[in-house]
Amino acid sequence: METTVNINDITENDLNWKIDYDADRCTRCGRCIATCTFAALEMNVERHAFTVSEDKTPEPKRLFSTLPVVSQVATLKDHCVGCGMCEKVCPNTAIRPVRNHETREPLLNHPGGSPIKRGGRTNVSVERTLDKIKVGRISQMTDPSLDAQRHTFDVLSPLGRVLSPTEIPIKIENNELNISGKMPPVHWIYPIIFGDMSIGALSTRAWEAVAIATAVLNEKYNMPIRMASGEGGMPVKLMKSKYLKYMILQVASGHFGWNRIIKAMPEMIEDPAGILIKIGQGAKPGDGGLLMAAKVAKHIQEIRGVPKSDLLSPPNHQGLYSIEESVQKMFLSFNAAFKFKVPVAIKVAASSSSVSVYNNLLRDPYHIVGGFFMDGIQGGTGAAMEISLDHTGHPIVSKTRDAYLAAVKQGMQGRIPLWAGGGMGMTGSLAADAFKMICLGANGVFAGKIIIQLLGCIGNDQGRCNQCNTGLCPTGITTQDYRLVKRLDIDKAAETLVNYMLSVDTEFRKLMAPIGNSSLPVGRSDALVSVDKDMADKLQIPYVC
Amino acid sequence: MCRIGCIKSLDPFHPRFALNLMLPQQKGHDNSGFALVMKDLSGIFEPYKKYPILSYSSTAKGRDIIEAYMLDRGFGRPVFQWKPKTKIFTDQFDFEKMDYYGFEAFALPVITQGTTEEEKGEFLLNTHLELREILEETGDGYIFSFWPDTLTLKEIGNPNHIGDYFNLWEENEAILAKNIMVQYRQNTNYDIVRYAAHPFFLQGYTLCANGENTNYVKNKEAQQNLHRGYIGFESDSQCFLYTLHYTHHQLKWPLSYYKHVITPLPFDEMESHPNKALLLKLRESLTHLEINGPNTIIGLLPDNTLFTTCDSKKLRPVVIGTDGRMVGITSEVPGLNMILPHRNAENDIYPNERETVVIGNDLRIERWKQQ
Repeated sequence: METTVNINDITENDLNWKIDYDADRCTRCGRCIATCTFAALEMNVERHAFTVSEDKTPEPKRLFSTLPVVSQVATLKDHCVGCGMCEKVCPNTAIRPVRNHETREPLLNHPGGSPIKRGGRTNVSVERTLDKIKVGRISQMTDPSLDAQRHTFDVLSPLGRVLSPTEIPIKIENNELNISGKMPPVHWIYPIIFGDMSIGALSTRAWEAVAIATAVLNEKYNMPIRMASGEGGMPVKLMKSKYLKYMILQVASGHFGWNRIIKAMPEMIEDPAGILIKIGQGAKPGDGGLLMAAKVAKHIQEIRGVPKSDLLSPPNHQGLYSIEESVQKMFLSFNAAFKFKVPVAIKVAASSSSVSVYNNLLRDPYHIVGGFFMDGIQGGTGAAMEISLDHTGHPIVSKTRDAYLAAVKQGMQGRIPLWAGGGMGMTGSLAADAFKMICLGANGVFAGKIIIQLLGCIGNDQGRCNQCNTGLCPTGITTQDYRLVKRLDIDKAAETLVNYMLSVDTEFRKLMAPIGNSSLPVGRSDALVSVDKDMADKLQIPYVC
Repeated sequence: MCRIGCIKSLDPFHPRFALNLMLPQQKGHDNSGFALVMKDLSGIFEPYKKYPILSYSSTAKGRDIIEAYMLDRGFGRPVFQWKPKTKIFTDQFDFEKMDYYGFEAFALPVITQGTTEEEKGEFLLNTHLELREILEETGDGYIFSFWPDTLTLKEIGNPNHIGDYFNLWEENEAILAKNIMVQYRQNTNYDIVRYAAHPFFLQGYTLCANGENTNYVKNKEAQQNLHRGYIGFESDSQCFLYTLHYTHHQLKWPLSYYKHVITPLPFDEMESHPNKALLLKLRESLTHLEINGPNTIIGLLPDNTLFTTCDSKKLRPVVIGTDGRMVGITSEVPGLNMILPHRNAENDIYPNERETVVIGNDLRIERWKQQ
């Protein structure tokens, strides 16, 4: 006997997103289907039945008609991810994705026994620490607030190894101090770095938009923003240009792109702003880098010097088995490569062991570790297994505070600048997040997700889209598909980013003024209060309610 | 806000000048205390200029503790002690009187023979810190200074009453000094305790400041590991003394660099400075010792050079006046009018935010511009 339903068939209500479609408003123009990169929509024909009565007395007749409609593809391979491109292009607001709270997709989508992979960020909803912290110490009476519009503020942070005053080679002659020796390079830069997203993870056009915004902010607005390249190298033309000074070159465990960088070195007319050795990242700590073959287009193969295949950076740097060894081998060689003129920093995933690593680096006798970048659990990534994204990692706020206080205990705060990332600007205000992190002890922050969101990424932390790993990015930002990348208007994307950063700069001043600080309040934890008692205790700031 | 002041004179003078300097500046509820530090003493202390003077207040038990400790450390009994001729304490006096006020000069123990001046200074500091710690255990007393040619008095309460009780209004030839630093109200943002009252003292450095130190937490966190003498932090203004001691005494940098440390030039201005590289390094290295105001600092170095400087916003100014034989620095002009009524007020100096005004022992006034 035939059953009424085969419950193992995949249907719309098994999936994360359902399409809300209004056939009456639809003109069948086909734009939604053409724009859906996930092949989640198709034209279909529906048989509609209706009953009419044309006589004075009821004489019901049952009529049938066929209707062309847009319908949802309901397979585990092709399905809606909620990106909303259909809604964006529909001239009649006839279609939109709707979140399906009863979804079974996470249970079902394991073809061939493979775990779910995706890009993006953690989707396990957690309350954000930074949103429970307020700038609660406002200057009044005892010390006046400053005028945010007219006062001169120094909004700069160090990148590079900072010496203690007794370590600076100083000669005292004729009642004057003079430098009498060489010192590690330190650059004073804007306290927000555009965080390391590679060409490969990003489309060349998206990466270029960020690079253009970086150059404009520096050259036109005198904001010394630096951009970290991400692993995988960068265009040779840029490496040989004067704009290299705004770039922080990254080397990660795959060493992708470094062949071209080394070859370009003799022709570099500027030093890069820094070198960032990536050990780990917050979104998938313990995991290496992953660039799916779908995104390894020809130009990516050229930049990285690799064939078309999944590109995996190992989870560790082969051949390095201790902190001391990494300092001696890696830091020393990169310092030497750039003649000790470029700060070399390290990026690690925040973890229970981060403070130990930081303490150890602080004791580095060569003074060649120029920055400690910690990336928290709310950071993003181009590709990882969902299990890593959702369940591994460490929140960044308390870890940054722990690292700062560990340095304070040794009297070494600020010696290796602390840069924190992972969810900065996640709820909209990069300035507020950066400011609070700085008060807790960070010298600055680095941001990635919010940068691509400014470019046009529609992904969010509630599971919308997150398809950065597939090469099907509907916004042209995390894909190398030559048709899709054209969706991104480079100039407009760069302009949006520039405008946002200009507003961040104003907002910074608006936060520095009421606490009466002319320069960045690094470690001024007294300026903060928390509305959560446990949080306040952990961070050693006042609890208020 | 604290009212602060310092008088420096070619001729030794009585502390009543310090009271007169501060009295017209007293306002409203400024009754939280009075403190003064006298340096380069004359009068009854004249013959004992080389002996460290222990200035303290204590309970009777505290006095016994101090006596036993000093004997044990080899100081013996005081070679001289000043017992202020006080009035009989009654309820009329609005301050928290201690049982005993000690101003005792000691000969250095044998152990210090053959040591350098610097080593003697370290020894005196160790003695000071140990005594303070012992007394803090039981709460039986307060050590304010232990240094040659230096006398300190601190009390909590109505400054006029304190002056009255100690007979400081009556000028005499017994207690005189060429430098007196004074304040009429301690920082009341925190607990009112004796150690929170300026002027603060450390190894010959004396300092008072007004206004709140908005960088207190980061200053304190940086200083508590810099030197064993940087303790207490009962007042946020102690940070200014510790930074002065650190840069001038520990690092041995010239005084002009104190300003570069506490209020570094903005990055833009540094850009065109001929010694930009140095200034940038100082700012990098000592960024946690920067202050953000609003403060004016008045300091006396171990050699009694007097200086004043303020934060880069100049939100708590002072005024400097002189008649050629006496210089006064204080928060408000009426104080100067009281002690130097005959001076030419047109020559008064109102230091700007990038200045350090320095007055040598010959009373020559120099204005150093931070540039």
